[in-house]
Amino acid sequence: MDGVKMPVIVVEDLRKTYPGPVEAVRGVSFTVETGEIFGLLGPNGAGKSTTVRILATLSVPTAGRVRVAGLDVATAAGEVRRRIGYVAQNTTVDQHATGRENLLLQGRLFGMRGGALRRRVDELLALFELTDAADRAARTYSGGMKRRLDLAMGLIHRPRILFLDEPTTGLDPESRAVLWREVERLAAEDGLTILLTTHYLEEADRLASRIAIVDEGRIVAEGSPDELKQRLRGDRLTLDLGSETEARRGAVVLDALDGVFDILVEGHLLHAHAAEGGRALPTVLQALDRAGLTAGQVSVSRPSLDDIYLMVTGRTFARAADEPTPRRREEVPA
Amino acid sequence: MRPPRQSQSAPDMLDPRTRTGTMGFITDTVYLTGRLYRQTLRLPVFLMISVVQSVLWLLLFGQLFRRVIEVPGFETTSYLQFLAPGIAVMAALFGSIHSGLGMLSDIERGVIDRFLATPARRGALIGARVAHVATMATVQATLILAIATALGARPGGGGAGILVVLLAAALLGSAFGAVSNAVSLLTRRQEIIIASMDFIVLPMIFLSGIMMTPALMPTWIQRVAAVNPVNWAVVAARGGFEGNWVGVGTHLALLAGIALACAWWATRAFDRYRATL
Repeated sequence: MDGVKMPVIVVEDLRKTYPGPVEAVRGVSFTVETGEIFGLLGPNGAGKSTTVRILATLSVPTAGRVRVAGLDVATAAGEVRRRIGYVAQNTTVDQHATGRENLLLQGRLFGMRGGALRRRVDELLALFELTDAADRAARTYSGGMKRRLDLAMGLIHRPRILFLDEPTTGLDPESRAVLWREVERLAAEDGLTILLTTHYLEEADRLASRIAIVDEGRIVAEGSPDELKQRLRGDRLTLDLGSETEARRGAVVLDALDGVFDILVEGHLLHAHAAEGGRALPTVLQALDRAGLTAGQVSVSRPSLDDIYLMVTGRTFARAADEPTPRRREEVPA
Repeated sequence: MRPPRQSQSAPDMLDPRTRTGTMGFITDTVYLTGRLYRQTLRLPVFLMISVVQSVLWLLLFGQLFRRVIEVPGFETTSYLQFLAPGIAVMAALFGSIHSGLGMLSDIERGVIDRFLATPARRGALIGARVAHVATMATVQATLILAIATALGARPGGGGAGILVVLLAAALLGSAFGAVSNAVSLLTRRQEIIIASMDFIVLPMIFLSGIMMTPALMPTWIQRVAAVNPVNWAVVAARGGFEGNWVGVGTHLALLAGIALACAWWATRAFDRYRATL
């Protein structure tokens, strides 16, 4: 089996419609292989959590097929549950119980008992640096500690597949770094397959070996972080032209230039790509000047996942995250 | 000879029992009920309040209506003795009607989702809530009867009679706890749970024989009381406590029936909640 990649999660044309109707997931397909960290990246309301909840047997899909560990979630939910760990978006720690009690109950619900369970709990408390706080009520824990306890609970029964829904949202940078190291270690040492959702580009970039960008219930791009970045040729130029009218005029000007491509208008911002941003910039500015346009702020940056997001959705990531959710298709800027 | 079975995956080996049949349901319910008990015990203030409240009712109503037994129709020698099983039933009611608030809080905090992502029996999540209120009701009833006895009440029904009081309290608590959870799961609004439960429980208390013997009730209240589960619990509990066994079995059976029906409704409400996820 060494070297042979085995699909452990297979999602085919998954759809989920809530009454309203709100189409949370509109036909998502992807495959996750054994031992990889797969990231679903997208803004809030993109359908990431709904997808993970279906994979974790919590929600029933409206249409489509989902196989987890070779089992159909629709017909073998009980079997799937024994093989997966699920860590929800917000902490689900029982605040009245101690860390140890939280872990013991979680283990018992998986049928673990006695000495084996107690040893596993001690092991996890040590692993997640919770031993000293183990017998304190969880409501006294910091956000980072609660999150680590969530993770420990998700791992109590040694699942082969772990679902992490927004694992670091709301954490301070230090706690986030600790959690990132844990996730990386789990995937490297334990050969765990991890499916994580995140709306942090840097998180997906750092942790995931493959990323699917989710937007409005669909996957709009998929690949390794490097593959995705290579799809963008060159550096990104961002020019502030003051108004949308000016930006649109600027787009026409840039379109006529050689070596400038992937031109996109976003409000009063004009985005473009050039093989070598630094060299292209004077030419770009001269051309704009001849057309009577002045760029206020100008930036040149190396490609990032943010650029991929912009390219596939037509919006910068920060802007999409600010929009109310769920969004309707027709509201998307052209 | 059959070949050895294929090796099972790690989670199966960790699982020392087969999770089929009622065994899995019972053990899951026991562990989940343990969690609810822990919550109750970690908030001793609330525990104290509910105990003190029951004792106050016993003493207050006991004093207020002390002379009511002088009215012909009361077949008891002491109002306290008459009242004690009724207060045990009332404590079961007040202890159970807000059980749905805990369910709502568990839903909102994602605890229910976390449990649903384990192989735990779905029914055990409701079963634990009902078991929690039912056992709490028996603890409170025991306390109330003990205090009443210390103050001079004499249980004519002996140990069996006391068991009947506890059983009646447990069954009524189960029924109302289940209804509270069903309302919680169907509405998922704290205000609606509190308002609706309080709205139904007060009339049910006053349209029962908790404080007044049925013989002295207006005919229409007697008729309502006859179909009022709170009154069924009072009739059974008082019959047992006084040692007057007529109708005790019937009313316990009726209570068991309504408790089962309510538990079934709560389970259906839970299924419906899960279908909306």
